[in-house]
Amino acid sequence: MKPPRFGYCAPGMLDEALALLEQHGEDAKILAGGQSLIPLLNMRLAGPAYIIDINHISELNYIEAEEGYLAVGATVRHRQVERSSLVKEKHPLLVEVVQHIGHMQIRNRGTIVGSIAHADPAAELPALLTCLVGEVVAQSIHGERVIKAGEFFTGYLSTSLNPEEMLTEVRFPWITPQSGWAFMELARRSGDYALVGAVAVLTPTLDDHCMSAHVAYLGISGNPVRAREVEDSIIGTTLDEQTLEHAAEIARTFVSDDMEDVHATVDYRRALTAEITKRVVRAAWARRKAMK
Amino acid sequence: MQEQEETPTFSEESLISVTVNGHIYERNAPVRMLLSDFLRHELHLTGTHVGCEHGVCGCCTVLLNGEAVRSCLMLAVQADGMALTTIEGMAGTNSELHPIQQAFQEKHGLQCGFCTSGMIISVHAMLHENPNPTEEEIRHELSGNLCRCTGYQNIVEAVKLAAERLRAGAAFNAPKEVE
Repeated sequence: MKPPRFGYCAPGMLDEALALLEQHGEDAKILAGGQSLIPLLNMRLAGPAYIIDINHISELNYIEAEEGYLAVGATVRHRQVERSSLVKEKHPLLVEVVQHIGHMQIRNRGTIVGSIAHADPAAELPALLTCLVGEVVAQSIHGERVIKAGEFFTGYLSTSLNPEEMLTEVRFPWITPQSGWAFMELARRSGDYALVGAVAVLTPTLDDHCMSAHVAYLGISGNPVRAREVEDSIIGTTLDEQTLEHAAEIARTFVSDDMEDVHATVDYRRALTAEITKRVVRAAWARRKAMK
Repeated sequence: MQEQEETPTFSEESLISVTVNGHIYERNAPVRMLLSDFLRHELHLTGTHVGCEHGVCGCCTVLLNGEAVRSCLMLAVQADGMALTTIEGMAGTNSELHPIQQAFQEKHGLQCGFCTSGMIISVHAMLHENPNPTEEEIRHELSGNLCRCTGYQNIVEAVKLAAERLRAGAAFNAPKEVE
């Protein structure tokens, strides 16, 4: 339960970190908040030869409103986002989602970008980024690459990041003011990993039908899942109970067969996924602002 | 924080300077040493307990620059230059208990005591941010600290009593920190 030996370096500049990654990428790990990496080291599930601590790179500590999205830099902690008046005002869904992550003590250290880079399919932020069709920015000494969420998450704890690249920014697209949104989790205890979770963003038409729908899930597969068929089943409707029941039945089919563990069987997860679909879609629709 | 004049290099050992409960300590330690082990083994501050060592139980919670964090989920070298408060820093100078400790004692908010140092630190952080929490908020905020003895009832009672006394003006005993 102690980390194995490694070489440690805490550069103060992004360029230095990228140079180290270029040289040692295959054998190196980036350390930001450490709330996923350090447990992996403690349990000896990870044993990188080198650790590059990016906490001193102050140029990566920013939260900025850009055209089309909110940009969050690689050293921004969960609590920083929770307390940010900019995020509270302009991206309240992100605040809502972040408040479901771990415990206060974890959020004081953990980073937004780190949660995305860790790519845990049971985690909150990958599901949010998938739902919003957000993007990430990967940097190396050779330049910068912008990757869409759908192409970034490639399987359980796996991403399309190359060994010499560092994730430096995550971009959460803005939600239009008239859209309704909701995030929910079903967990056995407060702060535990959720058995399933869902996020929905729904936009109404002028005559108050559902014009567009984004619905994504965590904890139901090896990847965060955006459920197009669920979305299609509610678009054009007024979200009556029959529509919700139908959407819930479709949602069941997105739970992969191997999602069985000591906490829940596949059948139970399917039942939870159906139920949470109804709840999250209903809650999101209730929050919409009717257009006049 | 180290000055970066040349290309930074990797090391396996580092000189660490931290302020703990107002005292400055300097020690050489392997970079792989966890902050929890640094406090216990190098500084002999054994009030910080180590339970699960992967961030679940909350026993090792300390204040880092005023924020509650898991000391088992940080390398000691990452705390270089920072100010920490551990359970040893909670009581007053004449050993009078902190109002939170006093409330835990009076309400029997502990049995074996293993989780207590982490509980006290987490409650300190909670009440600093939210001086008048509801029972639901208390239970939610304490969900990151596991107690296997009490069933939490008396802990919740203790937090309510501590909050009431602190609101009524009992000294918060601001952690002995130097920025």
